[in-house]
Amino acid sequence: MNHDEIRELLYAYADGELDLVNTREIEQHLPSCDECRRIEQQIRALRDALNNDAPAYRAPVHLRRNIRATLRREAKADEKSFSPWLVFATGAAFAGILFALLFFQANHTSRGSAIVDQVVDNHVRSLLATHLVDIASSDQHTVKPWFDGKIDFAPDVHDFAMSGFPLVGGRLDYLDGKNVVALVYQRNKHPINVFITPANGSADRSPVSFTRRGYNMLFWTRREMNYWAASDLNEIELRQFASLLAR
Amino acid sequence: MFRLTKSPRLSEFERKVLPHLDAAYNLARFLMRNDQDAEDVVQESSLRAFRFFESFRGENSRAWFLRIVRNTSFTALKKNRPDEMNIVFDEELHGAATPPMDAGVALDRAQDRQTVRAAIEQLPPEFREAITLRELEGASYKEIADVAGVPIGTVMSRLARARRQLEVILSKPK
Repeated sequence: MNHDEIRELLYAYADGELDLVNTREIEQHLPSCDECRRIEQQIRALRDALNNDAPAYRAPVHLRRNIRATLRREAKADEKSFSPWLVFATGAAFAGILFALLFFQANHTSRGSAIVDQVVDNHVRSLLATHLVDIASSDQHTVKPWFDGKIDFAPDVHDFAMSGFPLVGGRLDYLDGKNVVALVYQRNKHPINVFITPANGSADRSPVSFTRRGYNMLFWTRREMNYWAASDLNEIELRQFASLLAR
Repeated sequence: MFRLTKSPRLSEFERKVLPHLDAAYNLARFLMRNDQDAEDVVQESSLRAFRFFESFRGENSRAWFLRIVRNTSFTALKKNRPDEMNIVFDEELHGAATPPMDAGVALDRAQDRQTVRAAIEQLPPEFREAITLRELEGASYKEIADVAGVPIGTVMSRLARARRQLEVILSKPK
C-alpha cells in the first residue's frame, strides 16, 4: 500500500475495523510518516473530545415506566391464556364469540375469499399473458418513479437480490375495484407477485397465509399499506420474503 | 392466587430488547433533537418492536431494535419537519472519497457535554445517526449499516464526513 491508500484506511484502523494484514501494514507505515501519524492522532483526539463528558442521553425513568406499562397492557392477551381465571372467562366469552362468528361469518369470509381469489387470478394472469411487468428493471430507483402519476400513493420498492429475492420489475394491476401496484420478484425460478394498496389507516398486521389452487399467499399490513404476496413458492420461503419486505 | 403469570413473550422481550432502551433513547434524542419527540419515538418504537417481536430471528437484538427506532424517527422527521430532511447528502453526488482529517487543526479534548451535544445536533440526520452509533454507542460498521439500511461503504463515508464537520465545529473559537 502506498501513503494515499493508507491514509484512506486510517479511519477504519482507528475504529478497529481493519483485518490483521492491513492493520500490520499501517502499524509499519505510521512511525515513518508524520502526516498519517498526525491524522491518526487527530481521529483519536476527536473521539476523546466527543466522549470526554459522557454526552450520550439516557432513557428517563418515567419513559421506562410508561413503556413497561404499555407493554404489559399489550401483553394482556398473552397473559390471559396463562391465568387461572381463563376457565371462567372462556365460558362466559364463548357464547358471545360464537354468536358473533355466526353473525359475521357469511359476510366477512365471502368478501375475504373473493379478494384471495382475485389475487390468485391476477398472479396467474400475469404469468400466462407474458405481461409479467410493465417496467422491467432490478433497480428500485427505476421502478419506484415509474409509478409516479399512475397511482395516488407511493409504495416502498426495494431490491432483495442480496437475500436471494431479486426485483424483476413492476406493473399496474387491478384488485378489489382499485388500481394497485404489482411488484414482481423472483426466487430461483419462482415468480412472486406483490400487490400493494393503501390500507386507509388500518393498524399493522402480521402476515396471514392463504392457499388457493396450489398457490401460496400472504397478506399483511404495514405502515398503512396492505400487501398481498402470491407465488408457487413454498410458504416458508414466502414468509422469509415477507419479512424482508416488512423490515 | 389470582396474580397473573407474566406472558413469556413479554419476559423474553424484556430480557432481549429492553436493555437497549438507553441506546434507543440516545439515538432518537440525537435524531429528533428534543426530549418530547424522542420519548414519543421510543414509546412508539417499543410497542412496534413488541408487536413484531415474532419477526425477530435472534441475531443482534440491539441492531434490530435500533433499526425500528431510526425508521420511526425518520418517518416522524419527514412528516413533521420536512425542511430538515431537504438537505440530502448523496454520497454518490459528493464523491466516494472521504475527506481526511486536517492534520493542522488543534482540537481541545476537554469538551463539555453541552458543547458536544450541540455540535452533533448541527449535523444532517444521517450523519447524526452514524456518529451517535459509532462514537457514543460503540457500534461496528456492520451494525450501523444494518440499522441505517445502507452499505458499509456508505457508513464509512458518512462517518468520515461527520467527523470532519465535527472537527471544524469543535475547533471554532467559542
